[in-house]
Amino acid sequence: MEQGIYWPSFFFLLFGAISCLFSVAVVLTSNIVRMAFYLVLALAATSGLFFLAGADFVGAMQLMIYVGGTLVLLIFGVMLTGKGPFVSLSTRGGEWILAALVGGSLLATLLPATQAVDQWQGISRDELPQTVSPTATRLGLGLLGARVDKLDQPNPALREGMSGYLLPFEIVSIHLLVVLIGAAYLARAKRRRATEIVE
Amino acid sequence: MAEFLAPYFSTNWQWVAYLLVALVHCALLIGLVAKGALLFIWLERKVSGRIQDRLGPTRVGGKFGWLQTLADGVKLIAKEDVTPGDADRMLFKLAPYVSFCASFAAFIAIPFAAGWAAQNLNTGVFFVLAVLGMEVFGVILAGYASASKWSLFGAMREAAQVVSYEVPLGICAVVPVMIAGSMDLNVIGERQAGWFTNWFVFHDPFTFITFWVYFTCSTASVNRAPFDLAEAESELVAGFHTEYSGLRWSFFFMAEYGSMLVVSLLAAILFLGGWNGPIPITHLVGLTAEQGVLTGVVGGLLGIGNTLFKGAALVTVMIWVRWTLPRLRIDQVMTTCLKYCTPIAAAMFLGAALWNLSGIPFLNDLAPHRAPLEVREALPNSTAQAEPPADGTEQPESNDAVAQGVSSADHETHVAGPVQARR
Repeated sequence: MEQGIYWPSFFFLLFGAISCLFSVAVVLTSNIVRMAFYLVLALAATSGLFFLAGADFVGAMQLMIYVGGTLVLLIFGVMLTGKGPFVSLSTRGGEWILAALVGGSLLATLLPATQAVDQWQGISRDELPQTVSPTATRLGLGLLGARVDKLDQPNPALREGMSGYLLPFEIVSIHLLVVLIGAAYLARAKRRRATEIVE
Repeated sequence: MAEFLAPYFSTNWQWVAYLLVALVHCALLIGLVAKGALLFIWLERKVSGRIQDRLGPTRVGGKFGWLQTLADGVKLIAKEDVTPGDADRMLFKLAPYVSFCASFAAFIAIPFAAGWAAQNLNTGVFFVLAVLGMEVFGVILAGYASASKWSLFGAMREAAQVVSYEVPLGICAVVPVMIAGSMDLNVIGERQAGWFTNWFVFHDPFTFITFWVYFTCSTASVNRAPFDLAEAESELVAGFHTEYSGLRWSFFFMAEYGSMLVVSLLAAILFLGGWNGPIPITHLVGLTAEQGVLTGVVGGLLGIGNTLFKGAALVTVMIWVRWTLPRLRIDQVMTTCLKYCTPIAAAMFLGAALWNLSGIPFLNDLAPHRAPLEVREALPNSTAQAEPPADGTEQPESNDAVAQGVSSADHETHVAGPVQARR
């Protein structure tokens, strides 16, 4: 039966193309602010992919953390590297080789991974989901320790471990708190030394 | 709506239905943003005139000069579009659109009446805050690409300001999320159904203060006076838009008025009951979706009126504040954020969490109508509770929020106990 265009695929390809295009543009420009701008567009397109998959929370997170993070990157890029009115970065030959090596090996790792999952290959149109269910509630409950997604797990071996992610979440929270206190301590210590010198 | 239209098209042409619906949504929202800007710019002139003991515009378009903005628009279109010779041309031309798109995109998740949003997102609050944070990106690009000292200074100030004010803004927005037990703006709005005592601003003393902190921070985050350091015409010529002219300049202003409206609408939904009027007329008369499609639509339209009225009222307060208070210095702006707004917001957050945990009844539980808890329990979505944002990145108290999210289901029955016993 003819079903017309499968729109999720269309938007997936659209967002994917935007993301790839601007990622390449990031590599090819030498102006640091343009780089940041392209990076923002690439990351925003990635968050579009998350929204498309029904992962509202991750999508909004992507916008807030990565796009906001790029903003700070941009400010530091301008403040710390700027000698003239427009900052431009030139890449030497050796750096190109090193970058190509690192990037190429990452790509070589990721490409087989996309082919490794059997469920991702040769799906017919009828198996594709027509709607996506929101995941924010399940994510939240999972963080708290109630893995509701495990209830649907057909494999009993994988149904183990209902504890969720409360402990990792706590560890990350404490870790970030420690980092914040450390940063505040470092910032304070410098100032105190300055006053001591003055005295 | 798309599901409603889809059967009218053959299977091959169903995408036309979806396209039509998407276009209608976009057109409505663009219409809202554009007309909002048109109205608020006129209002800004009139209010500033009255505050300064002048009349404001009186001639264009009849009695109150209500076509003044249109005349401004015609003037702006007719202006020459100048790009400075030293500017980064591509970024300079793109920056206004980045600002405007970010401000416009935030409207997508705002529900104007129960369920009447362009896209009902499960994490609406979070999405709106995240997208609004992107507006500053256009400002920074503009400041940088102009290749002018004034512009760059303005952009840097804006960046520092917005990045700082996002922290207290986020904490304030978490408080209603915590009380409602959901980040879905629809659920948050519906939790405040009933009399005005049900609004979260009157939920407890902590939320009352939180509302004002939120309003202050949102004024700062949309770069309005007294926090308009980025333009500061007395020191920076015009800040980030010094080099802009004509239509590109007006895009920045559309973005500014758009985001003013969006933070005000968010405040209205989070704290002021959203589409629920002070008196539940639609519920008393029976104009709800349960009574039929047509009455539901009429009730929805009244709800839209409520939401927009509250949003516009808050924008008017912003205008009033702008023409009343002098501009702060940059260090005062930072002090206000880091030494006052953030600690107050964090304390209010803790206070509201404890208040809810201990289950103290407040105005909404004493109101002279059916118990608000019945309203809450009648909600279809009340079982599907999303937890508050578990962003432990910002403040350690967020663990508390999570704990609150767990117990919010218990909490309602817990509160229901004493209230029902009293009846």
